[in-house]
Amino acid sequence: MKKLVISIVLLNLLAACASQKPKEVAAAPAPAPVAAAPVVAPVVAPQTNIDPLNDPKSILAGRSVYYPFDVAAVQDADKPLVQAHAKYLSENPNRTVRLEGNCDERGSTEYNLGLGQRRADGVKKMLEMGGAKAAQLSSISYGEEKPKAAGHNEAAWSQNRRTDLNYAAQ
Amino acid sequence: MLKIVFLGLLMLVHSAIASAALSIEIIGAGEHQIPVSLVPMGGDEKLGLAINDVVTGDLLRSGLFRLVDTTGKSPHDVADVNYSDWQLRGAEALAIGTVGVQPNGRIEARFRLLDVVKQTQLVGEAVSANDGQLRAIGHRIADLIYEKLTGDKGVFSTRIVYVNRQSKSYSLIVADSDGYNDQVVLKQKEPVMSPAWSPDGSHLAYVSFETGHAAVFVQSLLTNQRKAVADFPGSNSAPAWSPDGHQLAVVMTHDGSSQIYLLHPDGSGVHRITFSGAIDTEPNFSPDGQSLLFTSDRGGSPQVYSMPVEGGAAQRLTFADGSCFSPRYSPDGKSFVFAHLTGGRFYIATQDLQNGQMVTLTEGGWEKKPSFAPNGKIILFASEARGRGILATVSSDGRVQQHMFTQSGDAREPVWGPQL
Repeated sequence: MKKLVISIVLLNLLAACASQKPKEVAAAPAPAPVAAAPVVAPVVAPQTNIDPLNDPKSILAGRSVYYPFDVAAVQDADKPLVQAHAKYLSENPNRTVRLEGNCDERGSTEYNLGLGQRRADGVKKMLEMGGAKAAQLSSISYGEEKPKAAGHNEAAWSQNRRTDLNYAAQ
Repeated sequence: MLKIVFLGLLMLVHSAIASAALSIEIIGAGEHQIPVSLVPMGGDEKLGLAINDVVTGDLLRSGLFRLVDTTGKSPHDVADVNYSDWQLRGAEALAIGTVGVQPNGRIEARFRLLDVVKQTQLVGEAVSANDGQLRAIGHRIADLIYEKLTGDKGVFSTRIVYVNRQSKSYSLIVADSDGYNDQVVLKQKEPVMSPAWSPDGSHLAYVSFETGHAAVFVQSLLTNQRKAVADFPGSNSAPAWSPDGHQLAVVMTHDGSSQIYLLHPDGSGVHRITFSGAIDTEPNFSPDGQSLLFTSDRGGSPQVYSMPVEGGAAQRLTFADGSCFSPRYSPDGKSFVFAHLTGGRFYIATQDLQNGQMVTLTEGGWEKKPSFAPNGKIILFASEARGRGILATVSSDGRVQQHMFTQSGDAREPVWGPQL
């Protein structure tokens, strides 16, 4: 799998070189290939071999579920995302994912730890209902301890109320 | 008659001294401030002035004292005191004494507090400490003055614990009650939260994410030895010590939702005591060890509840708008303090357990995690000023507040330690 990722990254680099944008090359440390590639790349590897998890156009590229204040239920808008990950996990039983719940800062640190765990467990449950096996899933909470965005405002809070799907490297 | 007290028998043996804290701002004043004159001690004048600084700082921060000028007069012995001088200046009490270094290297201060009106000695004590513990002598003297003049036990010699968050590092810090003498007991890249003092002040329980998720650790402050005592799948958090030190209440999620369990401080004997399916968290033992306060959202919004320690029906205690978090009993068990979130602001509030009356003590802001000083007169909490997390205190009548700024980073999760 690693080899495949590397070859895609190389493809991206080649594509970028071809289109004369050296700056973008420098700016792409790319743990996962996200930008630019498919437009230029004329089929080298057959599509069927590409792990859809690494396809930036796939719904599986979305790895975060967002919530309103003090709510832990997956919202309708994010259900297709969670269901797609459930399907992927059921088809790829060797993959494991860690669900990491987070909260905004409006609560005690301990209440938020509980709320983040409830968010992560909610996604976990939905993944199981969609066909993922319990052994593929683990859930933890960071509460309000690892905010993605700083600031006492809704713009920051809305980014911090989320569950991340963190796949283990293969 | 001088009583002899040795300080510093129970000190932290390890750990680097963190960067000296901090600046302090005092807001408000007590209703009746007691006028006191503190004459810098004679003998070793440099030591005398240093001790005087600590005593002055302690007494002023309490908001209960007004310092009366000592210019031109510096008696160090009772025989040198002319009481009418001090009566004229309006002092009600006068502190005098001498300080020096003993042949064994220890610093000894001989301190007396005199009642200017009655012209009698209120207290006399010889306080000694090791070289590096000059501040401890000052805190002890401030405690004696506070106790004699207010009737309440002084808490200046006690310690506090808090978490300092720098950009990507988390430190657990134990410091004197005024924030000085701060010592790092744990420093790591993963979050640390919810420190809790053992009743004898010898151990801390806390939550660390070092194993990849929230787990509860217990660490000795004497040996620095530490152990994970609750490390089940999911989150393990919110440790609280029973008053006898034999049990911990912790919150775990491995049975489905955040529920409260009891266990021994070595991690054995785990059993569950809440069965709500809601988030039940932040347990706190009553001083008699019979009841727990905790936060629960079983009724919708997070509110404060109480229940018998060995399980049973819970009773909802707060009915405020918004939500209520982080309850802690007052040392006399008659009330509790908590953080009240309403209209987008957190307030520190207390509530009487008998009549249910709630009193808001602060003007609101980013105020969380209150805990009482052992004498019940001061409440320590986390606040924010100038964009940084700071430590703050408010007197339990709400009249006096102070802000303590650490040198850098965000101070969070403070808890006042026990009286030893």
